Amino acid sequence: MKILVPIKRVPDSDTRIRVKPDGSGIVTDGVKFSLNPFDAIALEEALRIRERLGAAEVLAVTLGGEDSIEQLRTGLAMGADRALLVRTPGPLDSLAVARILAALVRKESPDLVLLGKQAIDDDSNQVGQMLGGMLGLPQATFVSKLEFQPDGRSVRCGRETDAGIETLGVRLPAVITADLRLNEPRYVSLPGIMKAKKRPIEELSPEALGVTAASRTRVLRLEAPAGRKAGVRLRTVEELVARLRDGAGLT
Amino acid sequence: MKRTLVIAELDHGVLKPCTHAAVAAARRAAELAGGTFEILLLGPGAGTASGALLNFGAAALHVAEHPELAEPLADRYAVAVAHVARGRGTDFLIAAASTFSKDLLPRVAGLLDAGMLSDVVEIGADSSGPLFKRVLHAGNAIATVILEGPVRVATLRAAAFPPAPRLESTAPVLAVDLSGLAWPDGTSFVARDRKTSARPDATEARIVVSGGRGIKTSEDFERLVGGLADALGGAVGSSRALVDAGITANSLQIGQTGKVVAPDLYIAVGISGAIQHIAGMKDTKVIVAINKDPDAPIFEVADLGLVADVYQAVPEMIERLQRR
Ligand SMILES: Cc1cc2nc3c(=O)[nH]c(=O)nc-3n(C[C@H](O)[C@H](O)[C@H](O)COP(=O)(O)OP(=O)(O)OC[C@H]3O[C@@H](n4cnc5c(N)ncnc54)[C@H](O)[C@@H]3O)c2cc1C
Ligand SMILES: Nc1ncnc2c1ncn2[C@@H]1O[C@H](COP(=O)(O)O)[C@@H](O)[C@H]1O
Repeated sequence: MKILVPIKRVPDSDTRIRVKPDGSGIVTDGVKFSLNPFDAIALEEALRIRERLGAAEVLAVTLGGEDSIEQLRTGLAMGADRALLVRTPGPLDSLAVARILAALVRKESPDLVLLGKQAIDDDSNQVGQMLGGMLGLPQATFVSKLEFQPDGRSVRCGRETDAGIETLGVRLPAVITADLRLNEPRYVSLPGIMKAKKRPIEELSPEALGVTAASRTRVLRLEAPAGRKAGVRLRTVEELVARLRDGAGLT
Repeated sequence: MKRTLVIAELDHGVLKPCTHAAVAAARRAAELAGGTFEILLLGPGAGTASGALLNFGAAALHVAEHPELAEPLADRYAVAVAHVARGRGTDFLIAAASTFSKDLLPRVAGLLDAGMLSDVVEIGADSSGPLFKRVLHAGNAIATVILEGPVRVATLRAAAFPPAPRLESTAPVLAVDLSGLAWPDGTSFVARDRKTSARPDATEARIVVSGGRGIKTSEDFERLVGGLADALGGAVGSSRALVDAGITANSLQIGQTGKVVAPDLYIAVGISGAIQHIAGMKDTKVIVAINKDPDAPIFEVADLGLVADVYQAVPEMIERLQRR
């Protein structure tokens, strides 16, 4: 069993994101970067599958620049067997990420690709599904429960949908994206991170995989959302109900 | 965007209201490009559901009913959508953002090698072509984006596209020929645990009452948040903290990674106002916050704030609202 887990470096969910005054991007000075929370969950699930099944290889891969190596090290410290950087110039859109990952899947032939459902920087929620489409692999998105079937060749997935939990049977190889409630990622210890620093990081380029990194989306500018004007504090429930009756148009 | 295709969303054969937002966006795209738009309905009951979309300006309604489409499995639906898009020469594919379309449309984009934008809130154009606005970084930034390539794909925030008015003309309804398609069989439907509720869905309601960690149990949630929602004729929602605690169903979660709502009135009951929660409700017209902590960040976005214990304030609110 081989499990491929694509992981992304993103601004930490606890940092306040601000748009640069000239709209060219977000302010990154002083911003802490982390492993995308959904990717930590995907990786945790891969590690648990390995622990349950015994023999399995977990390969963490990131597409990005030199600084993304930090997140690969976090992946190794969590317990990934291998870490791979596909060095890409500049920002990539989901289609470009999926295209490069598709080439990597053809090369590595994993039994399972486990991704986050969404990168919390671009909030796209696309890569896993695009990858599934490109490769014609079965897909289960927004998965909060994953169980291997006795045959070891298929899984049962609980998916979080607008209507409630949906259960699917999925034959491997497949693409699965992780939702928040799938698991709680393990804590990474400092000694674990120190040890991970000595482990090798594999490296590839899109060219070596026979694909280009061209994106079809181009961000022209960013702007900050319109702020809300300051509201009023009310002292009593009576006042609040009165304000609701006229202000909010209730009858 | 000369030939736009809207993917309608059905819930057991009933058209979901958010489809009207996608139709409004399609009309806008067609206007900008001097083109036309069509609508595709898939799955059981698609033919009947098409009746609700006859008079909204579509050049045609395509109905895809097939035993393989009995459940909305993305693997199979994507094959049908891509088949129709290719056959119709579609250059712009859209649907309202929901777990249905977020599952399906990127897969279609992968099949068609198309670029895609999620959660679009504005469609415009300049001399070089169409321009889109979308929200990212948990609502902390709005991007203006160009989408290139022969086919474009997008999901839209329903609240940003008010439904378009009905027209005189009636669209023809055409059955899609799905014979000869190779259906993937790697996924199979097992079950759906549907939360049946008499209350409306938060994404479709004018009023949403939402509870957070200030609520301690499911019974309290039902009594306080549910009770207030019922007194106002609204829907219920919740923060992730309550979903994590097993107090509310995941389908109630509002926020960056849950549902995005923009009702007329949103009442946050015992919610601190984390950025990930705000991302899902800040386009509400009037936000009300009830929280015992005067420094809770929710008060920074609230139009009306009440510093109080929800266990005291909410029963009194319900009582006063019922008294009228
Ligand atoms: C990647 C990621 C994605 C996320 N996505 C979402 C999302 O989509 N939606 C979401 O909601 N969260 C999301 N979160 C979680 C988010 O960061 C917060 O943890 C969560 O919103 C907190 O929920 P809460 O406000 O209910 O709880 P808390 O932050 O614990 O706040 C509880 C509030 O209730 C008040 N309170 C307590 N008791 C009472 C009382 N008796 N009367 C009055 N007030 C009281 C307290 O003063 C406090 O302000 C996400 C987090 C991450 C990392
Ligand atoms: N640059 C990247 N490198 C590796 N994986 C990525 C990258 N971008 C996105 N992903 C994966 O795709 C998932 C969905 O991302 P997105 O579609 O951008 O929201 C993420 O949770 C990651 O698992």
